[in-house]
Amino acid sequence: MEPTEKLDKNHQLTLKEFPYTISWRDDRCTRCGQCTAVCPVKAIVPDVRVERVVSSEGSLPAPKVSRRVVQVVRQVNDIDRYCTGCAMCQLVCPNAAIEPEFNPSHKFLHFKNKGGDAYKRGGRRNDPSPSTLDQLKFTRISMLTDPALDAGRHEFHLRTFLGRILPPESLPLKAEDGRLVVDRKSDVFVPPVREIYPIMIGSMSVGALSPPMWEGLAMGVAYLNEELGMPVVMCSGEGGMPPRLLKSRFLKYYVLQIASGYFGWDEIVRALPSMVEDPAAIEIKYGQGAKPGDGGLLMSYKVLKLISSIRGVPMMVDLASPPTHQTKYSIEEAVAKMIQSMSMAWGFRVPVYPKISGTKTAKAVLNNLARNPFAAALSIDGEDGGTGAAYNVSMDKMGHPIASNIRECYLDLVKQGKQNELPLIAAGGVGKKGNLAANAAALIMLGASAVSIGKYLMQSTADCLGDENNRCNLCNTGRCPRGITTQDPKLYRRLDSSKVAERLVDVFRAADTELKKIFAPLGRSTELPIGMSDGLSVADKAIAERLGISYVC
Amino acid sequence: MCRLAAITASEYFSPLENVYALETMKEGHDGSGMGLMLKDLGGFAEPLKEYPVLSGICSNDGLKRIEDYMLAQGFREVHMWNPVIKPLPGVDKKDCYFAKFYDYPVSYKEKPWKEKELLLLGTRLALRRMGESDESIVVFSFYPDVITLKEVGDPLQLAEYFGLDRDGLKARIVLAQGRQNTNYAINLYACHPFFIQGFGTMTNGENTAFVPIREYLMSRGFQGYTGYQSDSEVFTHILHYTVNRLGFPLPYYKHIITPLKRQEMEGRPDRDALLLMRQSMRMLVIDGPNCVIGFTPDGTCFMVQDSKKLRPGAVGGRKGKYALMSEECGIDKAVPERDRSEDIFPMKYDMVIVSPGAQEVKVWNQLKN
Ligand code: SF4
Ligand code: SF4
Repeated sequence: MEPTEKLDKNHQLTLKEFPYTISWRDDRCTRCGQCTAVCPVKAIVPDVRVERVVSSEGSLPAPKVSRRVVQVVRQVNDIDRYCTGCAMCQLVCPNAAIEPEFNPSHKFLHFKNKGGDAYKRGGRRNDPSPSTLDQLKFTRISMLTDPALDAGRHEFHLRTFLGRILPPESLPLKAEDGRLVVDRKSDVFVPPVREIYPIMIGSMSVGALSPPMWEGLAMGVAYLNEELGMPVVMCSGEGGMPPRLLKSRFLKYYVLQIASGYFGWDEIVRALPSMVEDPAAIEIKYGQGAKPGDGGLLMSYKVLKLISSIRGVPMMVDLASPPTHQTKYSIEEAVAKMIQSMSMAWGFRVPVYPKISGTKTAKAVLNNLARNPFAAALSIDGEDGGTGAAYNVSMDKMGHPIASNIRECYLDLVKQGKQNELPLIAAGGVGKKGNLAANAAALIMLGASAVSIGKYLMQSTADCLGDENNRCNLCNTGRCPRGITTQDPKLYRRLDSSKVAERLVDVFRAADTELKKIFAPLGRSTELPIGMSDGLSVADKAIAERLGISYVC
Repeated sequence: MCRLAAITASEYFSPLENVYALETMKEGHDGSGMGLMLKDLGGFAEPLKEYPVLSGICSNDGLKRIEDYMLAQGFREVHMWNPVIKPLPGVDKKDCYFAKFYDYPVSYKEKPWKEKELLLLGTRLALRRMGESDESIVVFSFYPDVITLKEVGDPLQLAEYFGLDRDGLKARIVLAQGRQNTNYAINLYACHPFFIQGFGTMTNGENTAFVPIREYLMSRGFQGYTGYQSDSEVFTHILHYTVNRLGFPLPYYKHIITPLKRQEMEGRPDRDALLLMRQSMRMLVIDGPNCVIGFTPDGTCFMVQDSKKLRPGAVGGRKGKYALMSEECGIDKAVPERDRSEDIFPMKYDMVIVSPGAQEVKVWNQLKN
């Protein structure tokens, strides 16, 4: 006799527990098998089923019951092969016969811990509600008392500075015949400062991204700089860069990141004597908005030949960076030393700045950096940032929203009169709902000097499928169905690097127009409206109060 | 919009001339208020040049508090000028409009000028704070050889109200602005011209970057950078910051508020200095629309435009008398006997500078100099 457990299928999950259920239409399906072949997790399988068919022939009803075996596409109820909602099956189906449907009452997290393994994934925080940034409006519109500027006609200077800026009182200037000149005899250290586009491309490593994705972004960046004159810089992420790029003239468009695993830095240090350009900056990663307290992680199946050579490690091993820099025992000493040694490596010609995850303690870090004359900026990455691999709990529950974090840091600098000395870079959730320029402008008006974006670019340049309903988010598995975050040639050959480059250029050009469309009616064109918080409002009193902006309704 | 009328001359003249000039530009302002700032005083004030003058408005109770305070600080009043007010409908008469001339406290007599200047500033701010909550004391300037008058109402009527035609009040530099502040609440402190330590300016237009500029100035650690009931007050303070605090030559005021583009800096001997300033002073960059007219402590007058030249402004005159006005008709009124073909209409790169005593006028072009 069958055990009851098997008969009543107890201890098996119903598909109602799953975040996405597959709707498959028997009548449309031609059984071509493309969907089951493309599914990255094998959530659907070709199967057979016995069907009871009732038919009647002739003019009078004479029902006959027969049974036949039919082929079907079936969704499996194995939690390890849950449907991610990626919709690749829908994309490849020639007959519109299959699509995933989001199931808002799923109980996925109750079960996604089999074998005691806490759920790990890629992507972003699963919270589809609009962010604070998306609720901010630009309400101070120049009208009759002050002509609004014309986004199409007036000249705009959408540039920002990356680097420690001396206060006017400390500039080594002297007047000579009514003209100011730099006093060459002065021993004042003038820190390196770059003029860059205010939207930066955030750290996505060569290992996390597939070769065509990284190449595509790199080509786009070169085009933006060299053909369009838009000084967009891109951060390498942890793990170094291809040695050829390090020794090329393009290095000046890159921010090199050093993180707690120091991956790739052997190669970088070795390439130093042959570098023909300085990098745009050095970013020291202390934290990441998507997964505060979680270190970097590159799964073994992504560590193939190229990555192992760039990072200087054997192939097929998990590359975990510790959550913190092991040498970091105090901010005063370790961080200052790290900033100084990185500065020294490039003869103090390159801005060096730390990146931290959004946190209540950001102000403490900020104040320390404000006192350190070599700290070139502070990058704060809010909770809505993305990542290639992390524990779900870190992504969903850890971190601080960027809006209030940046605002209080800016106001703190204002109190010290240092708001223009230490640029703040805001990241984490910029463009979460597609409003890249509006989110960037809002952050700038709250006090950021620049913003940094990552996952928005993956979505807009390579159609990354992920969203805040945990769609896809397979980035950590090496099975990215778009070929964005995988080192598997079978998958990444789906991605065309020149299309990625083209889209990157589209994105920046469109954002540039939109930024002008926002700044022109606010009456700002020759400088960024950094800290112009009087132009912002929100229809939520608590947010208005917290950010020190006006409430409107 | 508001209208500006400044006159600088080698001879003393009556501020009525500015008021009449404002009147010719009436179509451009709404007659809702007037501010007058007189520098290099003549008439009855000529012998009193060395004494700092406290200008303001107060209630009877406020007057008593001012006098007590000044006495306690050791200031000795040497003269008080009260305009003889002719009450007019529509003008809300205050108890007392005054310009009080003081001698320095004994302990300050021998102190260097910088210290005296700081004392005057500190005293003005203290009085301002004393009367701020109940508006019993409003003080506009406290400085030798400078008088400021402000009131809400039509400029021509106000001239009559203050008896400017009767009092023999004269000066060699007079700034006049017609119209109350429109962008923020009506407040006498919001009325142009603004003054700080020998620098006075008035502005036509709105300053869209007011908030970050205000925050920046207030965080400079200088007590005088306060107030800001008007978005235009920051122009006076940026000027003071540039010339007084940083010691930069006057034309760099233009470089700070409307910096050159990077390409435009190339090849200049001061390129590196400009680049550093561009970074270091980006919080002070304005976008206009603004036309700023002002004077510096040595009696130099200037007019400067925003980087798009979105506001009107013209300078004209002859050796010994120049008018810096919003419109040419104002110059016609103030200096009719001049060569009109030499009138200057400064464009976006220009700063028109009239030397002390109205001896010569120069157009300083930001791009070419
Ligand atoms: S939506 Fe994606 S994961 Fe789900 S069945 Fe289709 S292909 Fe597989
Ligand atoms: S498409 Fe690729 S990058 Fe995007 S969520 Fe899926 S696995 Fe991650």
